[in-house]
Amino acid sequence: MSSPNFKFKEKYVIDRVQFGVLSPSEIRKMAKVTVVVPQLYEADGSPVAGGLRDPNFGAIEPGERCPVCGNTREECPGHFGKIDLARPVIHPGFGDIIHSLLQATCRQCGRLKLPPERIAYLLNLIRRLRRRWPVLARQLAKEIKREAAQVMECPHCGTRQFKIRYTRPIYFYEERPEGEVRLTPINIRDRLERIPDDHIELLGLDPKRARPEWMVLTALPVPPLAVRPSITLETALKAEDDLTHALNEIVRTNLALREQLLGGSPESIVEAAWDRLQQLVAAYVDNELPNVGQITYKRKRPLKLLAQRLKGKEGRLRGNLSGKRVNFSARTVISPDPNISINEVGVPVDIAKILTIPMRVTPDNIEEARKFVVNGPDVWPGATHVYKADEDRKIDLRYNRNWKQLAESLKPGDYVERHLVNGDIVLFNRQPSLHRMSIMGHIVRVMSGRTFRLNLLVCPPYNADFDGDEMNLHVPRSEDAMAEARELLLVEKHILTPRYGGPIIGGRQDYISGAYLLTIKTTLLSKEEVVRILAATDYVGEMPEPAIIKPKPMWTGKQMISLHLPNDMNFRGKAKINAGNLMCGSIDCMNDSIVVVKNGKLLMGVLDKKGIGAEEPQNILHIMALEYGHNTVKNFLDNVFRMFIRVLEVKGLTVSYGDLEIPKEAREKIMKKIEEARNEVRKLIDEYRKGTLETLPGRTPEESLELRIIDVLNRLRDEAGSIAISYLDAFNDVFVMARTGARGSDINITQMSAMLGQQSVRGQRISRGFRTRTLPHFEQNDLSPEGRGFVSHSFVEGLRPTEVFMHAGAGREGLVDTAVKTSQSGYMQRRLINALQDLVVSYDGTVRDSYGNIVQFRYGEDGADPMLTYHGKPVDIDRIIESVRLHKVSIDSRKEVRK
Amino acid sequence: MPKPGRVSKKILQHELVPEHRVLTLEEAAEVLRKLGVRPWNLPMISINDPIVRILKAKPGDIIEIRRRSPTAGESIVYRIVVPY
Repeated sequence: MSSPNFKFKEKYVIDRVQFGVLSPSEIRKMAKVTVVVPQLYEADGSPVAGGLRDPNFGAIEPGERCPVCGNTREECPGHFGKIDLARPVIHPGFGDIIHSLLQATCRQCGRLKLPPERIAYLLNLIRRLRRRWPVLARQLAKEIKREAAQVMECPHCGTRQFKIRYTRPIYFYEERPEGEVRLTPINIRDRLERIPDDHIELLGLDPKRARPEWMVLTALPVPPLAVRPSITLETALKAEDDLTHALNEIVRTNLALREQLLGGSPESIVEAAWDRLQQLVAAYVDNELPNVGQITYKRKRPLKLLAQRLKGKEGRLRGNLSGKRVNFSARTVISPDPNISINEVGVPVDIAKILTIPMRVTPDNIEEARKFVVNGPDVWPGATHVYKADEDRKIDLRYNRNWKQLAESLKPGDYVERHLVNGDIVLFNRQPSLHRMSIMGHIVRVMSGRTFRLNLLVCPPYNADFDGDEMNLHVPRSEDAMAEARELLLVEKHILTPRYGGPIIGGRQDYISGAYLLTIKTTLLSKEEVVRILAATDYVGEMPEPAIIKPKPMWTGKQMISLHLPNDMNFRGKAKINAGNLMCGSIDCMNDSIVVVKNGKLLMGVLDKKGIGAEEPQNILHIMALEYGHNTVKNFLDNVFRMFIRVLEVKGLTVSYGDLEIPKEAREKIMKKIEEARNEVRKLIDEYRKGTLETLPGRTPEESLELRIIDVLNRLRDEAGSIAISYLDAFNDVFVMARTGARGSDINITQMSAMLGQQSVRGQRISRGFRTRTLPHFEQNDLSPEGRGFVSHSFVEGLRPTEVFMHAGAGREGLVDTAVKTSQSGYMQRRLINALQDLVVSYDGTVRDSYGNIVQFRYGEDGADPMLTYHGKPVDIDRIIESVRLHKVSIDSRKEVRK
Repeated sequence: MPKPGRVSKKILQHELVPEHRVLTLEEAAEVLRKLGVRPWNLPMISINDPIVRILKAKPGDIIEIRRRSPTAGESIVYRIVVPY
């Protein structure tokens, strides 16, 4: 429907694919050309008959008719040719199989080296297995081969057997008592021919489709010209494809070998030519084999041959089949826009004018369609093409500029390729696409500028930031695809992640600071402030009752949140700040660090990372999504979160040097602690030198000393940190950000205000650099804290030169680790996903693969969809008890009133 | 390829060995009917598996295994005995 001029013709349906090895007779049967001449063209430029450009390889020039099938180049499938090899050669792809067959069979009679009774038994077994359990049949064949290879005397004819040595990919040697003898392809082919069909089955091959002697080539198939087209340069010279070059080399060598054989040359000369032929054929299949000379172009560039076309990132498989490039897609830098919905994406006009959607003209939308056509391709919202159904013609509006007239002539049934407009659905993606939330459906909002705009709340699922990240956008063009995207892919339907039970969308950084500042008890808002903050939302309704009336009406921040909560929502949870001196055990505590929502009112508790943060299971968003649906959460996210940002605009959030400075008193306390720790370490070192240091179980004295010192110094850093933090003001914005989880941690504050602490590389104190010391600033074999990378200064104080050096050493380890970890874990995940990708949870709850084999009898053994669970638990008992309790309380209170 | 050697019945008492039972023909047919699968679509258990040898099950028999599950308390799985 979307592409009106494309009609499917169904002639045959592929039912199954059977792979096998091409037999020489098959190669000869399908060959339309026997290549015997190494020349490509005659003097007049026409192709030589019997050469590699023989016209019988198939038509490729425009207007040319194929002499074999009579078709033009569009219809001609191309035809194979062959080269009859003067002597057989090993196909390099089958070296390993040939080796295993030679080892498992008798060198004399070719039979499998196992007793006849056992062969009969195994044959029956493997045939039974192959029908139902092909996996097991393959495993059995492997075991049979291993067993037979051990036998050193043929149980059938009694011939003594020798070990076969194999040098990848094509050389075989027999280790006879008189010395090692090279097996020629003729010897090998003879042996393989002698293996009976039944025994081939036992070796894991199908004798009808893959007789082992076919793995030694007597004829080489030559692919059609369409596979190896030549290109004509401006100078009228023709440049041939790499495959043609390689084949040409093979033809020459083959011809030379044949002449030597006919002329009765000495065996050593024949063997040299034969070996050359073998190497060429092996390299023709794969030009990167070990022990085989590469075929090069003019002794410089190695040719790209068969295996090179398929292999690797740019190869046919990964580059052209898995990784096709697509139309109707766009890519540009992303930037944030907190004012659009989480479901939306801002699309630059320039992109909207290129991406189009086919719009079927109906009596209802014909006027709308005409407007698009009248605007033309350059004015947004316009159209790029018109498809006239009755003329079966596509008109490009860039070249036919009678837009008014075209618009008039539109009839129902025609199609208009119109620009992307507001409200269209598109798919938005950021690599690496590791989970399903990496591609989500967004509603288009066309904007000026040159970047894609997205709401900050969808950064977590994409793992996006704005330091130059680019994202891709794809336009679904059929009605089905668009409907599917709207129903399944829209952002709001991915608030909960199937990875674990919990929301993946939620606030980060400023949203969390804003939420905290709005909801703390000290925040009281004047009427003007309330209006300003509520104006960030689309709240329509009465002002709530003020929380304080005198001296002037004031509202709490919690009231602002309550306005947007569902009326009957109940929630109870701990805040992130519920730790340290703000710890709250029960709701009777004054620290406001337990969040309670009752009947849609935020009664107590501050909202911080645990309340509204991304990737925080069992927060308000999670419960809301499970119990009120994703649309409710979407509205909450779009309104309330914009309010949080507005709070920061009103109240301000900023950080300065002063926020990190600590009073002299604190500094002195820290100095005292440092002195104490120094003494302690000195004592430990003295004890160690004297040999009186108590060693830890399973450790050497040196290790014990190191561990004890690290322990002392880490304790020192923590103590210094807590001293520094205890002197920070509660409204210090650095402190607020760390405590609420918006950004930074206690350790970051410690390092800025108190001290950096011990720097480590591979979990050890820094000990290398010079032979006997880390830096020349220290004495030799100095085990003191400073000499081994202890930094006693903070970033605010500034570091000493030696400290900077130690810090840089530890910092580099971090960088190396991230680089190594991402690549390793990425590949690990890729393999896991490839292994699991076609498992399906069927309607009866079983997990099956694509053959219908059962993998699990009930998904996860409990049949629970992790997305719909409470962080893995199918039922949250505490929550149910709580809701029943609340329900009972409300009934009781109603009874009270009635009395 | 049945392997020689005896298997001690003591392994049945081990706490990590779940309860195994050979289904009767009727039960097996019912299991297959309920799941809508052919016998070879079930997960396999080798004829050489120690438990299978203790139970003296033959290829084609279906074995019911009840095991403790961290998510579901108890879970029941079926495996078909394969001749290798």
